[in-house]
Amino acid sequence: MIPPAAWLPTRYRVERRTRETADSATLTLRPADEPLAPFRPGQFAMLYAHGVGEVPISVSGIPETGDLVHTIRSVGAVSRALHDSTPGTVLGVRGPFGTAWRLDGVDDLLIVAGGIGLAPLRPAVRHALTHRHRYRRVVLVAGARTPTDFLYRDELRRWDDDSGVEVLLTVDQPGDGWTGRIGFVTEPLAAMPLDPGRTIALLCGPEPMMRACAGVLIGRGVPDHRVQVSLERNMQCGTGRCGHCQLGPLLLCRDGPVVDYPVAAGLLSVKEL
Amino acid sequence: MIPDLDTVPLLGALTPTQRAVLAGTGELETHRPGTRLFEEGQPADRARVVLCGCVMVDIPVPGRGSVAVQSIGPGELLGLSWFVPPYRWHFGATVVSPTRAIAWDAARLRELAEEDPALGYRLSLALAEAMLNRLQSTRLRLLDLYRNPR
Repeated sequence: MIPPAAWLPTRYRVERRTRETADSATLTLRPADEPLAPFRPGQFAMLYAHGVGEVPISVSGIPETGDLVHTIRSVGAVSRALHDSTPGTVLGVRGPFGTAWRLDGVDDLLIVAGGIGLAPLRPAVRHALTHRHRYRRVVLVAGARTPTDFLYRDELRRWDDDSGVEVLLTVDQPGDGWTGRIGFVTEPLAAMPLDPGRTIALLCGPEPMMRACAGVLIGRGVPDHRVQVSLERNMQCGTGRCGHCQLGPLLLCRDGPVVDYPVAAGLLSVKEL
Repeated sequence: MIPDLDTVPLLGALTPTQRAVLAGTGELETHRPGTRLFEEGQPADRARVVLCGCVMVDIPVPGRGSVAVQSIGPGELLGLSWFVPPYRWHFGATVVSPTRAIAWDAARLRELAEEDPALGYRLSLALAEAMLNRLQSTRLRLLDLYRNPR
């Protein structure tokens, strides 16, 4: 039985808006009604901008307060309306939907993000930090177009400084004063020390990026079933009923967004599927 | 003292014996930030694998000065021009953070490859893999995948 919250938007009020980059902002949403069930890292919500429309947005923070945190990039009419929402704005939220990152039963956690793909992975990083003792090693490799396009720049700095996460940032195009890495995320993956048999990898970003990263990691000996990717299609109902998000045999709102690479690999190589 | 080359993924295609040969002919270099390692057009006489730190590869562009195009970090090969005639650097390189690297005399390394074809083959494979990875990464950067599609 599908719970009513899956069909009917629950009202959440924008409590805080943080500008991340020129086109991305993070919204902290506070329930105005009974809060939705807790989200897990990797899951998504359908966010409804009243009078404009509804889009799927992964959760980018899961505070214990019951608030929801979403990072939104302004790319179309609905995401622009959400991105531009100011504190006090009431939005509709449905969820939680989809599969979550599998974070347990592993020694080394390798998290690879490209661009806005860092947003769905942030809860996984925070989870790993909260349970740092469970992991031997936690590595975050994140790529962006330019240094100012990184999401969560203050948090990245904190993670790098003192949290036990190895943070490797790399950009396609350096700006003035950038002394960090220049190159694609595949390059540190190919060169870094890795214990393939004890590593699990979480990948999120543009599909060619994930394919290339998976190729490098599998080439280095990481078993393909230990590589997880987050896929995105046209999620609408969120419950596997409407079929808009079909990818081959998968309905990604239900069977994804997080999918093991052996399931995803064949589907990602099919044009226009 | 040269560290254990078994931990350098780039050299994973070589046998332990071949890695030991390389270790025996290499030397450890340390460089401070700001050190200019080589210039475009100069003889490519040193092969280096960065162990820690960061080196920026650049090219002069009129009106823009030296433009950084690539960084080389831990475990990565700094420069490929030493392996292919005419053995001249195509880019310049500057150290940006305290860096340790294993360095080889490029002519000696080529001699070793000529004298021992098995070593030469494995070394060529390792370099081809490094080149392929860099080529594919550069192609992916050209796609500008992180741009806003609006």
